[in-house]
Amino acid sequence: MRVRVFVSLKPGVLDPQGKAIHHSLETLGFNEVRDVRVGRLITLDMADADRDQAEARVKDMCEKLLANTVIESYRYEFE
Amino acid sequence: MRFGILVFPGSNCDADCYHAVTSLGQPARYIWHKETSLKGIDAVIVPGGFSFGDYLRCGAIAKQSPIMQELVRFADAGRPVIGICNGFQILTEAGLLPGALMANRSLQFVCKDVNLRVANTRSPFTQLYRNGEVVRMPVAHHDGNYFADDETLRELDGEGQIVFQYCDTEGHVTEDANPNGSARNIAGVINRSRNVLGMMPHPERMAEPLLGGVDGRRVFEGILSQVRV
Repeated sequence: MRVRVFVSLKPGVLDPQGKAIHHSLETLGFNEVRDVRVGRLITLDMADADRDQAEARVKDMCEKLLANTVIESYRYEFE
Repeated sequence: MRFGILVFPGSNCDADCYHAVTSLGQPARYIWHKETSLKGIDAVIVPGGFSFGDYLRCGAIAKQSPIMQELVRFADAGRPVIGICNGFQILTEAGLLPGALMANRSLQFVCKDVNLRVANTRSPFTQLYRNGEVVRMPVAHHDGNYFADDETLRELDGEGQIVFQYCDTEGHVTEDANPNGSARNIAGVINRSRNVLGMMPHPERMAEPLLGGVDGRRVFEGILSQVRV
């Protein structure tokens, strides 16, 4: 069972990397871009298990390690 | 009084900290992160460096090390803990200090001497400074941009938990003097019970004349006078 965890800075938290990429895109002429936020994709390959249980475990992983909830939010998708 | 200096894979300021406290005539011991006891230790230094290669987030992997549970107990018992640079990042990740340290606003590694305003002297670490004194210490980091939500910042301010702020030579806390984008120019904070300090600047690198100054030494001397009491 594969799970994709997306971690990104919370809205309102300054993302200097996103800003730098946005600026670079503008330089290339992609002026339609309004904002850029950079995040992290973590792919987990997990032993098959009950979906609800697995979801609870992934949430626990996010809270304990994968995200720092002071500055980051997370979401996950089961493939 | 015996200092314990935590060592993680990738710590690189541990020897500097060891030197800083042993030159004050104090015994010190390195404590490998896989150890589980702080028995016989009176104060702990979490030194700078790049623990676990800064993988995932600075300090995120280090906070899972076996010694950290014991460090939380040690801090909860009111004993002095100081985290410097990566040590500060580890203490916020571990929940011993509020807030988080993000990438510098400039996205550059910043390595230079900075001026700091001592914003609160009512802590063991800052008691030997004068309130509002301007001191000089080096910073060397890529992720020193202190962030906390507005409510937490107000609380830190109200409780006197902001102890060092980046400032100009006159002690004015200005945007120009902010090397990394930190909220309220925060360079160092203490916890509510004032026994845990986290700071991005390196007091151990400014602890004897040969290093260019002694402004950092009083941080360690302050811990001594506290524990002696």
